[in-house]
Amino acid sequence: MNPNFDDIGETIGAPLLENGSAKINCNDVNVFYDDKHAIRKVSVDIGKNEVTAFIGPSGCGKSTFLRCINRMNDTITSCRVTGEVNIDNINIYNNELDVVLLRARVGMVFQKPNPFPKSIYENVAYGPKIHGLAQNKAELDEIVYTSLEKAGLLEEVKDRINQPGTGLSGGQQQRLCIARAIAVHPEVILMDEPCSALDPIATAKIEELIDELKQNYTIIIVTHSMQQAARVSQRTAFFHLGYLVECDDTKRIFTTPDHKLTQDYITGRYG
Amino acid sequence: MQTFILTFVILFLTLIGFILGKRRSVKISNGGVNKLHSLPGYYGLYVAMWCSIPAVIFLALWLSFENSIITTLIVSDLPDEMKDLPPDRMSLIVNDIKNLAEGNIVSKEPDEALKKAALHYSRLKEVAYASLFTLIMIISTVFGIFTYRKIQSNFRARNKVEKIMEIILIASSTVAIFTTIGIVLSVLFESIRFFRQIPVFEFLLGLKWSPQMAIRPDQVGASGSFGIIPLVTGTMLISFIAMVVAVPIGLMSAIYMSEYASYRTRAIVKPLLEILAGIPTVVYGFFAALTVAPFIRDTGALVGLDVSSESALAAGLVMGVMIIPFVSSLSDDVINAVPQSMRDGSYAIGATQSETIIRVLLQAALPGIVGSVLLAVSRAIGETMIVVMAAGLTANLTGNPFEAVTTFTVQIVTLLIGDQEFDSPKTLAAFALGLILFIMTLCLNIVALYVVRKYREQYE
Ligand SMILES: Nc1ncnc2c1ncn2[C@@H]1O[C@H](COP(=O)(O)OP(=O)(O)OP(=O)(O)O)[C@@H](O)[C@H]1O
Ligand SMILES: [Mg+2]
Repeated sequence: MNPNFDDIGETIGAPLLENGSAKINCNDVNVFYDDKHAIRKVSVDIGKNEVTAFIGPSGCGKSTFLRCINRMNDTITSCRVTGEVNIDNINIYNNELDVVLLRARVGMVFQKPNPFPKSIYENVAYGPKIHGLAQNKAELDEIVYTSLEKAGLLEEVKDRINQPGTGLSGGQQQRLCIARAIAVHPEVILMDEPCSALDPIATAKIEELIDELKQNYTIIIVTHSMQQAARVSQRTAFFHLGYLVECDDTKRIFTTPDHKLTQDYITGRYG
Repeated sequence: MQTFILTFVILFLTLIGFILGKRRSVKISNGGVNKLHSLPGYYGLYVAMWCSIPAVIFLALWLSFENSIITTLIVSDLPDEMKDLPPDRMSLIVNDIKNLAEGNIVSKEPDEALKKAALHYSRLKEVAYASLFTLIMIISTVFGIFTYRKIQSNFRARNKVEKIMEIILIASSTVAIFTTIGIVLSVLFESIRFFRQIPVFEFLLGLKWSPQMAIRPDQVGASGSFGIIPLVTGTMLISFIAMVVAVPIGLMSAIYMSEYASYRTRAIVKPLLEILAGIPTVVYGFFAALTVAPFIRDTGALVGLDVSSESALAAGLVMGVMIIPFVSSLSDDVINAVPQSMRDGSYAIGATQSETIIRVLLQAALPGIVGSVLLAVSRAIGETMIVVMAAGLTANLTGNPFEAVTTFTVQIVTLLIGDQEFDSPKTLAAFALGLILFIMTLCLNIVALYVVRKYREQYE
């Protein structure tokens, strides 16, 4: 192994929050794909009602770690997770936990917009329907319209709410996916590079939206854009080769990082 | 034998053309092969193609016309009293001449004129062969030399070969298309002959199917009635039963294979299911006739039902089993083709696997599944062997699955079995049935392909 990385064992900065303001607490998390050790001994706290950005070079394990938090890794047969991920002090990897309910609490938005081949309305109504969140049509309507409203999409689609969601533009589709995620009233929203397939204007809209959503939700966003991380997040975690190298207030990470690797990465001198 | 030798000669010339063409291009390049426009092999290939293709085309044309020309020649040489014979007698004589010339058995003791004609015939044959041989040699070499001399360092052999390839490919697909058109037209023309004798309306709307006709005028017996409604209902009944079996089982095994089975299980189960499609239909047929049909009859007897020993149910059930792999294999493909991101999206909201399958995957794959079911239906409609053996020949107009019914395909078979006059309505009816069957399956296939294509567009 490259000798430079030997000293990474311990994360530096402020990975753990004091005074129990953490929504999510990850403790010594390791992830393996068969024999490949993809996440190594990561311990980190995610603050409540704030935006945490995960940054790091491609293949360093950001998505893998993100998928630990709603146990989406369970759908990959070769994947094995050890350690604890506590949400509100309950370990989500305990045996009694109902994964289906967990995923309703921890929503996820993907890199590529993936609306279902259904109408816009049905896309948003999907989650509430399977979780039985609405007693009748009126309640369902209410949920769908407020979710679209919160996702900042209602104005643009209210005349075509029964047309296919796949017919929207990329940026609209991504906001539809966000609406779909918040329709089940999650507490946490995970976003894996939500803007990488979008143009600057659509990106700006989503960033604005993230900023609003953080009042009610705890948000984690994976991004390759330093500017985006700086703009939307309060805290930033830098990953490298499966290690969490440094985690701290975004401002500090982008002005005076402690680790040389972080410094190199954010100034674009990485590699 | 002679054709075989000729083919061999052409191949040989082609090989020589290839070697010479390649060598010349290398020589022209003076060792700097990269100065050539194309690789040396392309020059060889170019010459080889011109050596072989025109010669092969010529050979094919010659062989298809040779026989009729020679026949005309010997006939024109026969003595006058033989020339005026009616065509069927004439063809007998021509046959005799050929047999005599080739040393085979002849229908009667050959007379002088016949012997002379046979001699003439074999001489003509020899001349024809000799000239064919020479012509082929000439064509092949002339085209070969001509292209050989065209080779220059800037000659674009690679592009020319590409062009020729394209033409060959187009020609092959044209053959397939024209064969289909030919078949359709011949069925169509025979059907038209049939409809001259039996009105179309009587055929399409008649409720009675009994194609037996009196052969001699004094014979007692049926006068023949050609109403296809009983056949339509029979075909639909059996296909319906088959689909009732095949669609749920096929679809569910497709879902199991694409969503639940591990890679290993899938690798075993899928080929196993496809073996079902490889079993010859005759085998299914006697399985239906000897095992399933008696079983159904006995079970029916137990509960007091009157089941005939040949029943639509038996044929339909077995046919359904046969069709399972069609449905499952195609549906499996379309379910697999639904992007993983759809599943992820659904799981990430907290849907279970079965909710994901029912609400997202099946919906997304629906057009593809519909397409595969339609293809399976057209397969069921066209299936013959099982029905012949298990469903009987009686054209009952019934919706009762316990009775014997019959289908289009079965009737076509029975109409054409045995000695037939080829212009009686009974035989011609087979073509009309074939035409209707063809139109039915064609429509189904067109709809199915359209639906499947629509589905593809959705994800591309
Ligand atoms: N399903 C999988 N099976 C096996 N290995 C995987 C799988 N998914 C990811 N990996 C491996 O785990 C490591 C981390 O991958 P991950 O997708 O988490 O990286 P990432 O930081 O999200 O990269 P990117 O920025 O390119 O999205 C990589 O080396 C990758 O090859
Ligand atoms: Mg990733």
